[in-house]
Amino acid sequence: MSVTDDAPQAPPTERKRDRRHERDVALPRWMWVPAVVAFLVIALPVAGLLIEADWARMPELLTSEAALAALRLSLETAAASTVLCILLGGPLAAVLARGRMPGLRTLRSVVLLPLVLPPVVGGLALLYLVGARGLVGEALRLGFGVTVPFTTVAVILAQTFVAMPFLVVSLEGALRTAGERYEAVAATLGASPALTFRRVTVPLVLPGLMSGTVLAFARCLGEFGATITFAGNLQGTTQTLPLLVYLQRETDDAGAIALSLLLVVVAILVIAFARPRNTEGIR
Amino acid sequence: MKCRALLGLLAGLALLLAGCGGSSGAADAGGSSAAAQPKTLTVLAAASLTETFDAMKARFETDNPGVTVRISYGGSSDLASQIVNGAPVDVFASASDATMKTVTDKDLTTAAPTIFATNVLQIATQPGNPKGIASFADLAKPDLKVVVCAPQVPCGAAAKKIETATGVTLTPVSQETDVKSVLGKVSTGNADAGLVYVTDVTAAKDSVQGVTFPEAQQAATNYPIAVVKNAPQADLAQKWIDMVTGEFGQKTLNAAGFGAEK
Amino acid sequence: MTGAALAATVRLDRPGFSLDVAIDAAPGEVVAVLGPNGSGKSTLLGVLSGLLVPDSGHVRVGEETVTDVDAGISVPPHRRGVGLLAQQALLFPHMTALANVAFGPRAAGIAKRDAEARALSLIADVLPGLDADEMARRRPSQMSGGQQQRVALARALAPRPGLLLLDEPLAALDVDATPAMRSLLRRVIRDAKQTALLVTHSALDALVLADRVVVLDAGRIVEQGATREVLTKPRTPFTARIAGLDLVPGTACTDGLRTHDGTLVSGLSAEPLVDGDAAVAVFAPSAVSVFRDRPAGSPRNALRVRLAAIEPQGDTVRLRASPPADGPAWLDGLAADVTLAAAAELAVEPGAELWFAVKATEVAVHPAAS
Repeated sequence: MSVTDDAPQAPPTERKRDRRHERDVALPRWMWVPAVVAFLVIALPVAGLLIEADWARMPELLTSEAALAALRLSLETAAASTVLCILLGGPLAAVLARGRMPGLRTLRSVVLLPLVLPPVVGGLALLYLVGARGLVGEALRLGFGVTVPFTTVAVILAQTFVAMPFLVVSLEGALRTAGERYEAVAATLGASPALTFRRVTVPLVLPGLMSGTVLAFARCLGEFGATITFAGNLQGTTQTLPLLVYLQRETDDAGAIALSLLLVVVAILVIAFARPRNTEGIR
Repeated sequence: MKCRALLGLLAGLALLLAGCGGSSGAADAGGSSAAAQPKTLTVLAAASLTETFDAMKARFETDNPGVTVRISYGGSSDLASQIVNGAPVDVFASASDATMKTVTDKDLTTAAPTIFATNVLQIATQPGNPKGIASFADLAKPDLKVVVCAPQVPCGAAAKKIETATGVTLTPVSQETDVKSVLGKVSTGNADAGLVYVTDVTAAKDSVQGVTFPEAQQAATNYPIAVVKNAPQADLAQKWIDMVTGEFGQKTLNAAGFGAEK
Repeated sequence: MTGAALAATVRLDRPGFSLDVAIDAAPGEVVAVLGPNGSGKSTLLGVLSGLLVPDSGHVRVGEETVTDVDAGISVPPHRRGVGLLAQQALLFPHMTALANVAFGPRAAGIAKRDAEARALSLIADVLPGLDADEMARRRPSQMSGGQQQRVALARALAPRPGLLLLDEPLAALDVDATPAMRSLLRRVIRDAKQTALLVTHSALDALVLADRVVVLDAGRIVEQGATREVLTKPRTPFTARIAGLDLVPGTACTDGLRTHDGTLVSGLSAEPLVDGDAAVAVFAPSAVSVFRDRPAGSPRNALRVRLAAIEPQGDTVRLRASPPADGPAWLDGLAADVTLAAAAELAVEPGAELWFAVKATEVAVHPAAS
């Protein structure tokens, strides 16, 4: 017996889509107009920053002690917050996508709150919870002598608060798209839920996890309102780049623009390097 | 097609700008041409002037029937950059000489600004002053959580000036972006003390307690006011300034804790 | 590898549907579950695999009770030793064929090297004639649908499940790929004495693969028994409709099939057959021509029958045969579909003797389960 009667075999390497010979069949011409406008709405202001920038002073502006401290703190806290988002938000997304108990809808609405709330409100909420007179804050202070506001931990908390939904939403979407059929198969092959999660679920939703991570990291990097409200502003401890930009603008526009461009560059690097790989072949 | 897109975008940007400056009265720009029509006076004022200028607005509108005063409050430097970027404004009242200078440097006022008030720092503590703070030097005690304004904003600059003058170095837990944030950190109990303007303490009523210290005078802040060049309502603008520097204005300002004009 | 015995009694209620069946299988037995969509076949498999929890009942695989609602036993799917091959291959897209097949053994704690050796030999087994090493390195997206399903079969077998559930394993394949996959299943399931439950729509699949048939309708078993018994003598219209085919049991021979009384039924073998193997000749009632007298000329197969019943079926009439006085018993139940006009032209009554003729090219000879 042979398998020559089977459908033609695909070549060993996947064929790349040949876009050069394809025609647009689902892109009306008029759509280019709003699409270009949309692009410009995003790109032109950034271009404006480039035009306004004082390039001669750029090295000096970017290497000031405050700028370096803020960049370093921003990267560190954003990384820590993103890890927190993955460790806590990943399981939350799994529960939302796979859980079978009632009330998940309500739970999901609550999770989405930071997306629609002004970050300042988030910061206030955190302040009233973890602050000196807050429910948790008081317990921490009396029980452990720990105060959270004005510390780097507060920055991470604020960033985690605002960035969590980005990760949860992307990941939950990916989990739903991947479906449970592969997981059911893994179970019938003898894989425990933990093993199935590690070897099947996670790899399947990796693109979604990646884009969620990038979004969360970027959101952490740009976080301002919740941080300034909850964590305060002190160089090296709580002064992240956006806070420094905001303050710098009070006295030195050139400095603010330079720091803004630094943020833009970091954001572009993050998006470029961590962009989810082509997901073709992973359904 | 690209051209049209660009045009659309420019129109959009124009709308955005108008929206940003909207509170400053671009909406009834046409009002200036016809004298019979109701007039709108547009004032940009430092946020610390909110209570006093609101009181003056009521008085001004009563004294000048048919005139509506629209006041946009904000950080002085924000307001200054609005004017520099061409917002149609009549009066600018700043909380610092430096920010007023960014406007006068561009020759955007009709005359030299007038100082109409001064403000000094005061220590804000939690009600009852539980830590017993009595002087500026007390703020340097190591177990105290002190918040100040960042040196980039006027109240922070003033605090820095006092530190230099007194030789007392503060180690704040945070340098906030504005006085309201400093007050908030104190009134919520997260900080033991903060350095804010005496007017802020007055406005905050019972949520904080003020402690006056003599060194504050060394960093008194001036509040300059000026008519903006090409003001749509230049006459009304001057009238407004006259009121602010006049008896009623000064009385109102003093009641709020401001010092007299120089 | 010999499979474990299955004994299950299952009741599951959901709005508008209830499943209430008792089903068992001897070690190494293959039981086909036939039934239309919505009859509860997939629900039954879900309960057996542990993915669904029944309202009452128990399931025993081998010596182990994996579900017993009264006793509160509900072994999770991954500890049941119940494998599943579904319509879609569902190979893990991020793994090579080798990793897919080795997944089960690895999950069981078998060392990587041993698991992969087992996987490779299974891949070679299900993809004969191809370079197993090369195929093992491929990702699912680099394989044809038929190859994927074969690898999925290897993957399901790799952990050596006591019971294998086959959920319409041929339904999603290309017509071209179906016969080969069917005979592969026959080889690796039946010949290896793997206890299996085969859910299918196809009487042919049941005939080729199953020892026994259970017919399910609306959550109830309406008929069961030896495959050929059930399909050749449908006791319910429902089973008859499922069967829908004429079939003649016998043994394979060069030209087709020889019945136990020696009659030659000429046909084409759908799969490689060895002379003397148990086989069944299958043809559609619509391929049968009916004559009052022995037809002369081309049809190779002409069977003398007695007309047992005339069953109108819309535009056609089904003529149901019974053996004539001296004829063999296997003629019983054969059907011929003719047009109304042709039926009128024949002008016959039940009891009349007729000739059923069918061209050899219309007759497919398959290996039979028993």
